[in-house]
Amino acid sequence: MDEGVGPGRWQDDLYDLLRRNNVTQFAYVPDAGHRILIDRSLADPEVHSVALTSEEEGVAMLAGADLGGARGVLLMQSSGTGNCVNMLSLIKGGRFPFLTLVSMRGDFGEGNPWQFPMGQAVQPVLEAMGVICLRVERPEEVVPTVGAALTMVFQSGQAVAVLLTQKLLGAKQF
Amino acid sequence: MATDQDGRGTGAVAPQFILDRRDALPALIGRHEDFLIVSGLAGTSRDVAALTGDGAHTYTMAGAMGGACMIGLGLALARPDRGVLVVTGDGELLMNVGALATIAVMNAPNLAIVCVNNGHYGETGYQKSHTSRGVDLEKIAAGSGIKATRTIASQEEIAGGARLLREGNGTAFVVLRVTPTDPPAFKRNMDPSACRNRFRTALFGGA
Repeated sequence: MDEGVGPGRWQDDLYDLLRRNNVTQFAYVPDAGHRILIDRSLADPEVHSVALTSEEEGVAMLAGADLGGARGVLLMQSSGTGNCVNMLSLIKGGRFPFLTLVSMRGDFGEGNPWQFPMGQAVQPVLEAMGVICLRVERPEEVVPTVGAALTMVFQSGQAVAVLLTQKLLGAKQF
Repeated sequence: MATDQDGRGTGAVAPQFILDRRDALPALIGRHEDFLIVSGLAGTSRDVAALTGDGAHTYTMAGAMGGACMIGLGLALARPDRGVLVVTGDGELLMNVGALATIAVMNAPNLAIVCVNNGHYGETGYQKSHTSRGVDLEKIAAGSGIKATRTIASQEEIAGGARLLREGNGTAFVVLRVTPTDPPAFKRNMDPSACRNRFRTALFGGA
């Protein structure tokens, strides 16, 4: 996976964008695709970096953050979306703003057959629960797309997933 | 062989399940206005709605089972200036015990959790839950790393539990053992979106 080196990594630009938009709760299950964002949140004394045992915890946590007037983001791998499904009832029924960044597996160039069933189901499953999906395939699209998502979520009160595809992240080599 | 089909009153209720939730929970919580309150499924939501008059400082759930404790964590992290109380049942908590590990690691000092443990799934017909069959949620919480834990099974223990909920040295976890009897009847607002707006408006004047 090419994460870039030094200044100008899109992951750093993405973290800075989230912070400029007052995102202060970062919930995640450890994931290679989100490593830089997770590490940046752990090193940032101004935010809460919350490691989860299962992704659905993060869905509920972000609803709680909203009740208290804070903004959060759930960082997860595509397989984690399956763990969230019923908890998204809370988001849809409560019309909570909800932002998640999904690092995709089971898609473009995937070499692990176990990843395909959930990876291919991510978008239809999220959409069935009322979550709008935006796909990102190129590094220069990351910041504009997440910027659009931030407006849709925190200004318009929508639930949005930004899917960071394997075209962007590169397929894990086996 | 025992089955899960024991109705209430027909199965052997362990002798330590003697408190009535209608009396014990209000006594344990005390001044409810001291907290922002998140409640789990139907039973504890009825408890909380009856106690507070369906107050705007409460978010009472009726679905998304397993989410109550983590809503409480997100709220507690967002509002370190306020005490946050989660009131949920043994069944709701058992659906996501992993949340206790996450909560223990964060150890938000303004978060307290009360598990009203009647040992049964009251909403679906009082089938026995795991806590009637040997599972100890206080030990799970303590094993997860929550330092302030307590099980309350008698009237004399309630005052100590009430103090623990307010200590604020770290996340507190209190199991309240009660008889498998109905929570108070109370007609509350069941619209999750209206309740979100109500809560936020009361807390900071904006929906």
